[in-house]
Amino acid sequence: MSLPPTPSQTIGPFFALADTGALPWPDGPYVVPDGTPGAFRLEGRVLDGAGAPVPDGLVEAWQADPDGRFAHPDDPRGAVERPGFRGFGRCATDADGRWFLLTVKPGTVPAPDGRPQAPHLDLSVFARGLNDRLVTRVYFADERRRNATDPVLASLPEPARATLLAEPVDGGYRFDVHLQGEHETVFFDL
Amino acid sequence: MSETRIVRRARGYRRRDPGAQPPYLFPDYQATRLRAPGRPLTLLPHSLTEITGPLLGEGRVGELDHDLTRQHPGEPLGERIVVTGRVLDGDGRPVPDTLVEVWQANAAGRYAHDVDRHPAPLDPNFSGVGRCLTGADGGYRFVTVRPGAYPWRNHDNAWRPAHIHFSLFGRSFTQRLVTQMYFPGDPLFFQDPMFNSIPDPAARQRLVAGFALDATVPQWALGYRFDIVLRGRDVTPTDDEEHGG
Repeated sequence: MSLPPTPSQTIGPFFALADTGALPWPDGPYVVPDGTPGAFRLEGRVLDGAGAPVPDGLVEAWQADPDGRFAHPDDPRGAVERPGFRGFGRCATDADGRWFLLTVKPGTVPAPDGRPQAPHLDLSVFARGLNDRLVTRVYFADERRRNATDPVLASLPEPARATLLAEPVDGGYRFDVHLQGEHETVFFDL
Repeated sequence: MSETRIVRRARGYRRRDPGAQPPYLFPDYQATRLRAPGRPLTLLPHSLTEITGPLLGEGRVGELDHDLTRQHPGEPLGERIVVTGRVLDGDGRPVPDTLVEVWQANAAGRYAHDVDRHPAPLDPNFSGVGRCLTGADGGYRFVTVRPGAYPWRNHDNAWRPAHIHFSLFGRSFTQRLVTQMYFPGDPLFFQDPMFNSIPDPAARQRLVAGFALDATVPQWALGYRFDIVLRGRDVTPTDDEEHGG
């Protein structure tokens, strides 16, 4: 049996409701708990085609653990239990379009053809004015050697490739999402 | 069997259906104009990062989270309703134990949100937020009040049809879905650019819940049924499978 998919609709401006928060959770940005060895802040802004901040967006991340594994039945390798490691984070943007996650660097995940991929996070961006989420990937600019052989990065021309690289900054990494325009981030057909 | 070969047998998911999914740029919905990407999307092969995803639920759902009419000392005003349905994948299989999140305006069409300036009353007994996990059959059920329509500034005399926002995770990053459920017979559909951004009119109708007498609780609440279909697995077998892995 094949069923047609349910269409997507925008998340709208009201997903962060007053009393109980709705989608944003108090611990949402914590892919790992505070105090985890090696944890860093991955932070950035979401900007629109005019360069203005997107103050009503939601960013979600999904990533492998430092061994490159997922605690999920479809990862046949299994994962070593890591207390507090969620692999998932979500953060609403603030008035300046800023978001952050506290996380650790993921390990190597094989591509569908078995080749190793460079460390990456999958990122979803939701906002008023986005009829569907936008999906991008965060790679790390200081992983030059592994980035050079990553099949997804290798398929992209410069300067598009550079839009997927988080830059090291004091205490972590910075990754801005440009929805539109000259510096537009590479978004994926998932 | 080598690790690589096992991993290669994992199947990806079907791709986005362009008739069923709204385009990013839909000028009638004005907010898309500066937020829609201008370049075409890049095809991302489905690796383990995409075919796995967060299996949320544990500790995320409180006892009364599924009943939006019992989260405060008093009952909210409005027409009490039951919204129920099943979460399925594109192959018709139930998606069990998956987190469903909902949020909505109150019966007067007002969100409990600082940015909502619609001069309709807030209801101290209604937050408008619900969560639940699907059962073994993919089923879910919320008790709430029917949300009101409300005006917005997209175009002259613009009104959103009554709707409930839904957020679903499924079993993989690829299956993640945020959408809106509408009510049957709403007179506001014709002028709503969000609803009409979906190219295929039949696909739009899949966002309209059906009135369900079997979900209606006598002497208490009207029932609506809203089934949700997340993406199914890719039907193309990989080389490994064709050769017996």
